[in-house]
Amino acid sequence: MSWRRFYAVLVARNREFIRDRAALGWNILFPVLIVAGFAFAFSGKPPDQYKVGVYTASQDPAAMLDQAARHQPFFRTEYIQFIPLTNLATAITKVERHQLDMLYDLDRQRYWINSQSAKGYLLERVLHGAGPPAAGATPSRETVSGREIRYVDWVISGVLGMNMMFSALFGVGYVIVRYRKNGVLKRLHATPLTALEFLAAQVVSRLWLILAITGGVYVGANLFIDFSMFGSYWNLLLVATLGAISMISLSLMVAARVRSEELAGGLLNVLSWPMMFLSEVWFSLEGAHPLMRQLAEIFPLTHVTSAARAIMLDGAGLWDITPQLATLALMSLVFLVLGSRLFRWQ
Amino acid sequence: MAALLQATDLRKHFTNVTAVDGVSFALEAGTCFGLLGPNGAGKTTTVEMLEGITPLDGGEIRYRGRLVDAAFRNDAGIMFQSTALQDFITVREALQMFGQFYPRTTPIEQLVEQCSLGEFLDRDTRKLSGGQRQRVLLAMALVNDPRVVFLDEPTTGLDPQARRNFWALVHDIKARGKTILLTTHYMEEAYELCDDIAIMDRGRIIAQGPPRALLKEYFEDVVLQLPLSDFPQGANQLPAGATVREGTVEILSRDLNQTVADLLARGVSLAGLQIRPRSLEDLFLALTGKALRQ
Repeated sequence: MSWRRFYAVLVARNREFIRDRAALGWNILFPVLIVAGFAFAFSGKPPDQYKVGVYTASQDPAAMLDQAARHQPFFRTEYIQFIPLTNLATAITKVERHQLDMLYDLDRQRYWINSQSAKGYLLERVLHGAGPPAAGATPSRETVSGREIRYVDWVISGVLGMNMMFSALFGVGYVIVRYRKNGVLKRLHATPLTALEFLAAQVVSRLWLILAITGGVYVGANLFIDFSMFGSYWNLLLVATLGAISMISLSLMVAARVRSEELAGGLLNVLSWPMMFLSEVWFSLEGAHPLMRQLAEIFPLTHVTSAARAIMLDGAGLWDITPQLATLALMSLVFLVLGSRLFRWQ
Repeated sequence: MAALLQATDLRKHFTNVTAVDGVSFALEAGTCFGLLGPNGAGKTTTVEMLEGITPLDGGEIRYRGRLVDAAFRNDAGIMFQSTALQDFITVREALQMFGQFYPRTTPIEQLVEQCSLGEFLDRDTRKLSGGQRQRVLLAMALVNDPRVVFLDEPTTGLDPQARRNFWALVHDIKARGKTILLTTHYMEEAYELCDDIAIMDRGRIIAQGPPRALLKEYFEDVVLQLPLSDFPQGANQLPAGATVREGTVEILSRDLNQTVADLLARGVSLAGLQIRPRSLEDLFLALTGKALRQ
């Protein structure tokens, strides 16, 4: 291994990426746009969980609803959105379609719920009161206070991980296939440069770019959203580093022999799309079919998001995330060995 | 004199195709050796085996008497038929990068002067003309101060002026004592640059030697060319063995005086007469029965 040759390729690759403004801009802009979108969507008061349509034939249904709230406690219940309505037939249809969880007729003091709606069932229980506790089992009320874990707090690690995945897969694999197709690799092969030096330079170049961009996006997004972080930033950096290496290595393995950009694009999509949906980027697989959960374990992104969430939301320490770190390290090793063994210059 | 680079019985097979079938030749130090042949003759495969980037199926290659190994790359300068340069880097940066791959390098200033790169040294490699690009690729082939330079069809796609400019660069490299292996399908290029040539067809060498000696060996005649319109009775009046191609009559002659006297006797005007020696193109046609660029 010649560090001089490694450094020469590393510098050239860095120059190529940094000067390609379109690629650089997209790598930065993409996660910022997603996080900004979430910040906008989840800013302000959290949305009410239940919707109750309140019907009255009165000319001023809002005033009638205010008046009802003064007399009936149900209409003052928090986390229920009361919507004044004047068309009874349309309102009933909305209940049928689960667009309203309950419909209340102020004029005739009756209500509708959809018998298949869990929310309707709960609202009915609230309306009537769930009844007093059993004799001798009166529970005492305790309170806790703490910061709410919002969806955006949960999803941020997934979004950053997803961006790392796209940058690693397409920023390395696709580029190597392009180099192979247009003869850059062939020309490099005619020099004393070894495959190990070339591949190591690609990994390191993309690794620091991913970490720098992800770090920048994290700091920038945190300014707007102020998401939760209960753990150690060093542990988070370790997860990001191992995660990036494993996904870059995966990309090298895919691109080891492929000559066609179209085939490479297809293969990378085959990897990236399942990861996006099964690696708990957007939603939890809690309660999903066990097979699906097991399938998700084969993807490095699953372990990145899981470890990052444990650190950020639960304040997990190094010991707690050891299984994920060990898995990512093992994946990196396997992908790198296979990638370098399968690698062909032409 | 011992050969600097010796190829013996090289063989290469691809699926259903024998690309190189028992090719042998030797490069003497300080000379320019030309591999000639039409597209698909096996020139590029042969050269890539010598360069060490295509494995041999048979035969051997010796450099300075020893079988070639990875160290040979330090002594070899390579210009491929088609090479893309990395995007978003300048000519200077590309030369610097390639320079760092080798233990011995040519100073960039020398490359700039030698290959006339001064006006576009700091230009993005994507913004070079065809001729400029070939000069950069030649400079990259020289960046390690190589002893052997491989030039694989270096002037394909260049206009005549750029091609002649490139020939001047090759002459200059040769004058600096480099050994050159050139592949081309331009016969005039081989005639201009090469001390020794081998003509390839279907993976085999079908003739080998210095260009002038080869022509002398195969041909004892010259070609007289005249416009058909200079013959008073047109095609009915042509001497035996004459051929007509695109309005021009070609007559092969071993005795120029006799042929000219015969034409004058037929009342043919000699105002448009041109006499040319036999060319490598004629040699290829004679050896294979087909034109070089078919």
